[in-house]
Amino acid sequence: MASLSPIQKRRLRNFRNNRRGFWSLWVFLALFGLSLFAELIANDAPLVVSYQGDLYFPVVESVPEETFGGFLPSEADYRDSFIADEIRANGWMIWPPIRFNYDTINYDLDVPSPAPPSSENWLGTDDQGRDVAARVIYGFRISVLFGLTLTIASCIVGVAVGAIQGFYGGKIDLLGQRFIEIWSGLPVLYLLIILSSIVQPNFWWLLGIMLLFSWMGLVDVVRAEFLRARNFEYVRAARALGLGNRKIMFRHILPNAMVATLTFMPFILTGAITGLTSLDFLGFGLPSGSPSLGELIAQGKANLHAPWLGISAFVSLSVMLTLLVFVGEAVRDAFDPRKN
Amino acid sequence: MSKLLEISDLSIHFDHGEPVVDGLSIDINRGETLALVGESGSGKSVSALSILRLLDERHAHYPSGKILFQGENMLTASDKRLRQIRGHRISMIFQEPMTSLNPLHTVEKQVSETLALHKGLRGPQARKRCIELLELVGIPSPETRLSSYPHQLSGGQKQRVMIAMALANEPELLIADEPTTALDVTVQRQVLELLRNLQQEFGMAILLITHDLSIVHRYADRVAVMEQGKVVEQAPTEQLFIAPEHPYTQRLLDAEPPASPLSMDRSDRPLLEVDNLDVRFTTKKSLFGRTVSYFHAVRETSFTLARGETLGIVGESGSGKTTIGHALLKLTGATGSIRLDGVELAHLDQKQFRPYRSRVQIVFQDPFGSLSPRMSVAEIVREGLEIHAPASPEDQDRKVIQALVDVGLDPDARHRYPHEFSGGQRQRIAIARALVLQPEVIILDEPTSALDRTVQKQVINLLRDIQARYQLSYIFISHDLSVVRALSHKLLVLQHGKVVEYGNATDIFHSPKQDYTQELLSAALFYQKPTTN
Repeated sequence: MASLSPIQKRRLRNFRNNRRGFWSLWVFLALFGLSLFAELIANDAPLVVSYQGDLYFPVVESVPEETFGGFLPSEADYRDSFIADEIRANGWMIWPPIRFNYDTINYDLDVPSPAPPSSENWLGTDDQGRDVAARVIYGFRISVLFGLTLTIASCIVGVAVGAIQGFYGGKIDLLGQRFIEIWSGLPVLYLLIILSSIVQPNFWWLLGIMLLFSWMGLVDVVRAEFLRARNFEYVRAARALGLGNRKIMFRHILPNAMVATLTFMPFILTGAITGLTSLDFLGFGLPSGSPSLGELIAQGKANLHAPWLGISAFVSLSVMLTLLVFVGEAVRDAFDPRKN
Repeated sequence: MSKLLEISDLSIHFDHGEPVVDGLSIDINRGETLALVGESGSGKSVSALSILRLLDERHAHYPSGKILFQGENMLTASDKRLRQIRGHRISMIFQEPMTSLNPLHTVEKQVSETLALHKGLRGPQARKRCIELLELVGIPSPETRLSSYPHQLSGGQKQRVMIAMALANEPELLIADEPTTALDVTVQRQVLELLRNLQQEFGMAILLITHDLSIVHRYADRVAVMEQGKVVEQAPTEQLFIAPEHPYTQRLLDAEPPASPLSMDRSDRPLLEVDNLDVRFTTKKSLFGRTVSYFHAVRETSFTLARGETLGIVGESGSGKTTIGHALLKLTGATGSIRLDGVELAHLDQKQFRPYRSRVQIVFQDPFGSLSPRMSVAEIVREGLEIHAPASPEDQDRKVIQALVDVGLDPDARHRYPHEFSGGQRQRIAIARALVLQPEVIILDEPTSALDRTVQKQVINLLRDIQARYQLSYIFISHDLSVVRALSHKLLVLQHGKVVEYGNATDIFHSPKQDYTQELLSAALFYQKPTTN
């Protein structure tokens, strides 16, 4: 591993000097890291079951109900009091902190759903009796994963298109720019609504459709960077050495464009998350039943008498987006050449 | 007579760094020219800027010293007082005429600004004075030039406008910070002659800051030599040039390049033959892509180059020197015939030309721009090998080490990055990058013009050594005639893309036939150290 060059050291130092952004990054990474293991935090099956001397791990394996003295060959429902009592009589089990999966319906509510927060449902339940805390955790994970995938994919496409336009210039650039102007004029939301009436959108469909339009954000900056750098002397020197176009683009010009790309990335990420949330809110997003923050907001709007729905969604969304914006600011500071 | 400006024991440092100027003491009498010479980074410009307190005082500090202008200490003067002096009694000309004029204002507006400020001249009066001033600095038809914007003027004219602005209020002291470095030699001479004439007319003192000793020799009354923030020697010009005392001054004086190239055993068979090379840049195209107007950068240029020979290409900026170099390497399109060892290269496309690239290499002018900042030295030098001579990593590493040794660099330096090296060392890396491919021809595009004189000499000596060792042919492109003289066997003089004169270098240097060549040579102000015996 090559040691960091002084310019990279300076950037790292600038990033660290922005305390808010630095801590935001760590908090965000911690939250994201935790949410990756959502199955161990919020699940309707216990982590470990000891039954008649045998150990079972229901989170990772499917154990039929028959094993615990039930009648059905299908997977055991550990929330069923019969099974739970049976296991407790012949051994023990360890539950995750939240005993609901995102689609677990709590049938034992004392009040009609949506139920207010209680010791059992920390953030209450939604109008179908599902635990809000569990849905927030899973929803956070899917939002961030969706955002990250979309961001990385649109960076790759955007950088490639910008690089080709800027490097070759001339007709390619002219036609490319006009195409982008027309393409960016298309009403994305209506297109999504039309498409969702034709296909049942899932994670990958949504990703593909949003990618069709989100790659354009980076093209301009990357293109400008390539237009500038293709006349640099070290690019000319590389050409005089006989390097091919692709190598010149990758090895000599792309590193210049990466600064702009990295600076934009956190903001593209927040845009992607907001995009998914608004689609879910409108009901054109992920299939019904999937944990999504947008759907939670919609429920909050439909059930104004249950403020815990709206508040939970609002707090989790705003915390996530604020953290990302702070990180983005710190990244921008880090790459600012005028800061020393 | 009392001193006009007296600087004593002046020290300057930035933030908490080492002092940039350390115990500087110089003085200037009325009507005299004091030259402040030294290499880049020696603190010349910082000292000059401090006289008018133009340094950013959030970072610059003056721990000791006095700057007395007619007995008044500038370091303790109020801002208001300083503004009265700036541009009125002490004026300044900067190095870069391209950026020191505001591109959004006309010439009249910029010149009359200082008149309005210090003399209260406005309207027709100011206009009249502007025309007088432009006439004084030798701008043709000044009435029509008043409404010109800076981009409509040539480099020399911009510098003249700068001088007109500086002289507007007939200052007692003119600080000229490298006033001609960015200009062509013929223009440089005109500007310096102009300054000298104006000095005699107004009796002002000039503080001339430069690194060019031939200018100093010709135009200065006294010289102060600076090295790392200290004045190491101060003497009248004649005395300093005849009997320099300080070793640093001696080194500076010795740094003038040798007067003639190495005599090489040259073969008669031409290695590179160029016939009717013609380069046009399209400036306007019709709707259907037909060229409507173009700029003729190089016209019907022909020359030959033998093995072990150096062809110098000289001319002013915009004369097409660099374009010829680029055309030979197919970095720009051209028509005509280019034959290397009898093989016609002109009609090859980029892919077909690639194998020949290892035989013709180029070294660029700017050692800071021509090395990719994100690659280590080894990666930079090795890059060409990966294309032209793929070999095992150990083999390549050996070649890289050999090339670095050839250019006088420590082979251990290959794991470091370009920014860790000085300008001269970077130029060596660029030469190593060309050399590692074992080329037959190296095109040197102003390889020394971004370097200090002493470093320049080292690079020239290095180029001479390598040429002798490997029988290389050079095409040496430069506007600096004294450097060209040190390397070239043949000379090609260009003006506006056309060949003015072409032939044996010594013949041209001794008896130039064309007017333009004569003008160019007489403007070059060759200074040669008198031989001691």
